[in-house]
Amino acid sequence: MSVAAQPLANDHAHEDHHEPTFIEKYIFSTDHKMIAKQYLISGLIMGAIGIAMSMLMRLQLAWPNETFWIYEVLLGKFGQGGVMDPSIYLALSTIHGTIMIFYVLTAGLSGTFSNLLIPLQIGARDMASGFMNMLSFWLFFISCIVIVASFFVEAGPASSGWTVYPPLSALPQAIGGSGLGMTLWLVAITIFVASSLLGSLNYIVTVLNLRTQGMTMTRLPLTIWAFFVTAIIGTVSFPVLLAAGLLLLMDRSFGTSFFLSDIYIQGEVLSYQGGSPVLYEHLFWFLGHPEVYIVLLPALGITSEIIATNSRKPIFGYRAMIASILAIAFLSTVVWGHHMFVSGMNPFLGSVFTFTTLLIAIPSGVKAFNYITTLWKGNLQLNPGMLFSIGLVSTFVTGGLTGIILGDSTLDINVHDTYFVIAHFHLVMGISALYGLFAGVYHWFPKMFGRMMNKNLGYIHFWITAIGAYGIFFPMHFIGMAGLPRRYYKFTEFPYFDDLADTNILISVFAFITAAAQLFFVYNFIHSIFYGKKAEQNPWKSTTLEWTTPVKHIHGNWPGEIPKVYRWSYDYSKRNKDDSDYIIAGQDFVPQNVPIQENEEEMNE
Amino acid sequence: MTVLLIILVAALLGITIWQISKIFKLSQPVESDDTQVATNEDNQKQGKIFLAFTVFLYGLMIYSFWSLSKFYAPGASEHTEDYDRLFFISLGLIMFVQVIIQFLIHWFAYKYRGKKGQKALFYADNDKLEFIWTIIPVITLAALIIYGLFSWSEIMNVEETDDTLVVEIYAYQFDWRARYSGEDGTLGEANVRFIEGVNQLGLNESDPYAQDDIITSELHLPVNRPVLFKFRSQDVLHSAYFPFFRSQMNVVPGMVTQFGFTPTTTSKEIRNSDYMVEKVKNINEIRKNNDNLDDDEKQYEFEYYLLCNKICGVSHYNMQMKIVVETEEEYEKWISEQQTFGELTAQN
Repeated sequence: MSVAAQPLANDHAHEDHHEPTFIEKYIFSTDHKMIAKQYLISGLIMGAIGIAMSMLMRLQLAWPNETFWIYEVLLGKFGQGGVMDPSIYLALSTIHGTIMIFYVLTAGLSGTFSNLLIPLQIGARDMASGFMNMLSFWLFFISCIVIVASFFVEAGPASSGWTVYPPLSALPQAIGGSGLGMTLWLVAITIFVASSLLGSLNYIVTVLNLRTQGMTMTRLPLTIWAFFVTAIIGTVSFPVLLAAGLLLLMDRSFGTSFFLSDIYIQGEVLSYQGGSPVLYEHLFWFLGHPEVYIVLLPALGITSEIIATNSRKPIFGYRAMIASILAIAFLSTVVWGHHMFVSGMNPFLGSVFTFTTLLIAIPSGVKAFNYITTLWKGNLQLNPGMLFSIGLVSTFVTGGLTGIILGDSTLDINVHDTYFVIAHFHLVMGISALYGLFAGVYHWFPKMFGRMMNKNLGYIHFWITAIGAYGIFFPMHFIGMAGLPRRYYKFTEFPYFDDLADTNILISVFAFITAAAQLFFVYNFIHSIFYGKKAEQNPWKSTTLEWTTPVKHIHGNWPGEIPKVYRWSYDYSKRNKDDSDYIIAGQDFVPQNVPIQENEEEMNE
Repeated sequence: MTVLLIILVAALLGITIWQISKIFKLSQPVESDDTQVATNEDNQKQGKIFLAFTVFLYGLMIYSFWSLSKFYAPGASEHTEDYDRLFFISLGLIMFVQVIIQFLIHWFAYKYRGKKGQKALFYADNDKLEFIWTIIPVITLAALIIYGLFSWSEIMNVEETDDTLVVEIYAYQFDWRARYSGEDGTLGEANVRFIEGVNQLGLNESDPYAQDDIITSELHLPVNRPVLFKFRSQDVLHSAYFPFFRSQMNVVPGMVTQFGFTPTTTSKEIRNSDYMVEKVKNINEIRKNNDNLDDDEKQYEFEYYLLCNKICGVSHYNMQMKIVVETEEEYEKWISEQQTFGELTAQN
C-alpha cells in the first residue's frame, strides 16, 4: 500500500509520469512554452508572406509600366504576361494589411510572448487553462489557413482594403474580391477573434490568479503589465469587430441593410435601404484603433524589460510606466473617430476625437522619456535584442510625432488617406512592433530553444533593417504631403505626380534591401534552433523568474517548488546601504527570488 | 537624380556586403568568447555604429526636407493660409522635438555603451522629472488643440449665403459628375431609384427644381466665390479629395455629405506662378524621355483636379475630374453654354 501513497508526496511537476508522445509534445501540446513556439513560427511564416506581398506592391509602384515575370510566377492569371492586374494590387494591399496586423503583430507577437512569459515571469506552472490555450492556437492556425487559402479563389481574395468598408466589401458586383474571397476573409477573422478571445481571457485569469507568493501587481515586470492590459483591450474591442463582421455577413448573404442604402450598380438598383456605411466605420474602428495598441503595448512591454536588463539599470519610473499603459489602454477606446474626420460624421464629433487623440500623446511621451532616462548613465550591453529595443524607441518617437498632425482634425483633411498616413502608421506600429518582436526573439530565444542566436548576424540584421526602415518611411511622408493617395495601383494617370516617381523608386529600393536583410534573421533563427551555441541558464544576467528555470524545458517549469518573490524585477546595479558594493557583492543584479538582504535599503512600494 | 540615387544605394549595399563578409570572416576563426552575449568589444563597436547611424538619420532628414519638401502642393483656397500655417507650426514643433529626442536616444546609446568596470547608476524614479515631461506636452498640445479646433470649426461650418454656389459632386465607379443648381439656385430632388436612360444621376423628373439643373463632367468654379459641395455616391464609398484646396470629404451612398471652400487662384494664375512653371517644366522634361507615352501626351499643362481617395474598385487609381477655376465672367459664359437637365430629357 505504501507504493500507492508515494506519488502523492511528489509535487505537481512529477505528476505526469508517462512520456508525452510526439503529437502531445509538438502538435496538440497544452504546454505554454510549446504553444508560444507554435505561435512564433506560424507568425513568422505569415510575416514572410505579408512582407513578400509588400515587395510585389513596391515593385509595381516603382516601375508601374514595366513587366516582371515574377508577377506571373507568383500571381498566376493576375500577373499574366508579367503585368500586374489592378485588382490583385488591391488584394495584395488588403491581405498584406490583414496578415501583418492580425496574424503577425497580434497573434505572432502577443501570442508568442504572452504565452511564453506570463507563466514564467509570474511564477506559475502553466496557463490557467492549458486546453483553452491549445484551442486558441489551433483556431489561430485554422484562421491562417483560411486567409491564405483565399488567394486561390477564382475571383481573387478580399480586395476592399484591410478595413473592408462596405458597400465595396459587400457587393461582388463592385469588385471581384468581394465574392467568395471576402467570405473567406470574414470566416478567417471570425475564427481569429474566437482564438484571440480564448487567449486573452486565459492571460487575464492567469495574471490575476496564478502569481507566485510575493508577486504583487506592483512587482510584476512591465512585460506582464503590458500583456495583461493588452488582453483586456482585446477582450473589450474584438467582440465589436465580430459584431461588425456578422452584420456585414448578414448584409452580404441575407439581404439585411445595416450598412447599405440607395445603391445603383451595374445597371440595377439594389433593394437595400436605410443602412449606413458610416455605422460600419464606427464599429470597425472601435476595434481598429485599440488594435494599434494591442499591437504596440506588448512590444513596449518587451522593450521595457530588455532595455532595463541591458542598461543594467531599473526601468525609470516604473509606476509612471504602469500608469501610462493604463492611460493608453483607456484612451485607446475613445479615439476611434480620428479615422473618420472626413467620413461625413458630424464635425462636432471630430473636435471631440481630436481632443482625446492628442491626449494620448501624453502617456506615449512619458513612456518615451522614461526609456531615454533609463538609457542615461547606464552600462549598455548592446546585444541584438537591445539594439532592436533602442531602435523601437527611435521609430516609436518618429512615427508617434506625425500622429500629432494626423490626429488634428483640421490637418487630417489634406493628408487623410495619403502616403503620409502610410508612413506614419508603418513607423509607429508596423516597424516599432516588429522591432519589439525581433527584440523579444533575440532576447528570449535561449529560453525558448535552449540555444543562443548568433549575435553578429543579429547585428547585421538590425543595422540594415534600421537604415532601410527609415529609408523607406521617412521620405514617404513627403510624397504624402504632395497629395499622393494610398491604394493606387499606379500614379501615371496623373502627370502631376510624375516627379514623385524617383522618390517611389528610392523607397522601393530601400524596401527590397530591408526585406532581403530579413533573410539573415531567417537563417540565424533556423540555424540556431539546431546548431546554436548552448545557452546558459541566465545569459543576460536578468532578474526575472523565467531565468531561474532550467534551460531544458520541463512540464511545470520549475523542478522543485515554485520560487517565492521578495522584490520587484528591476534591481539592477542597486548598491548596498554603505555604497561600498552591489547588494550581492560583484553581481550587478538581484533576481526577484532573492530575499531582501541585511545591508539593503528596501524600495518604497 | 534616379541614377545618382541608385548608385548611392548600390554603393551602400556594396559597403554593407563588404562589411558583412568581414564580420563573417571575423566570426569564423578562434572565438575565445563564444557565449553570443555582447562583449566589451561588441559594446564599443555597436556604440560607435549608433553614432554613425545618427549621422545617417540626420542626413536622411535633411535630404528629405531639402529636396522633397518642394512636393508640398500649393494651395488655392481661402482657408489654405490658415491650414498651412497650422501645418507648418505643427511640423516645426514635431521636427524640433524629433531632432532633440533622436539625438538623445542615439547619443546615450553611444555615450553609455557598456565598458569594462563601468557601473550603471541605480536611478529608479524622480517625480519632478516625470511631472515636467507630463506638463510640457500637456500645455503644448492644449495650445495646438485649441488652435486646431478653431480652424476646424471655421472650415467645417460653412454658412450658406446668397452668394454661395451650391454644387453637387456625384461619384460612381469610376468617374465624377458635377451638378449645378441652375437659375433657380436649388438642386432638384434626386435618388438612385430614378436612374434611367439619360437620367444618369437619378434626378426626379417631376421636380420642377430639377429641370434647370446642369450636369457636367468638368468642374468649373468662379474665383473668390464660396462654394458648398454636396456629395452623393451611386454605388460604393468614394472620397472627394481636392489637394490644392485643402479639402476632402467622403462620398457615402445613402447620405449627402458636404464640404465648402472658396477658391482664390484661377487656373491661369496658378499655371503662371513661379512654383508651377518650374514644376511643370520639370515634369515635361521627365515626360519627354518617357517612351511609354504617345507624342500628344508628352506635353503636360497643369489643371486642378479632384481625385478619389477612398478605395472604390479596380480603377480607383484613375478616378479624376478636371477642375477649372476662372473669373466670374468666364464662369457665367461657360455655364450658359451647358445643357440643362430639362433640355437633355426633352432631346431624348
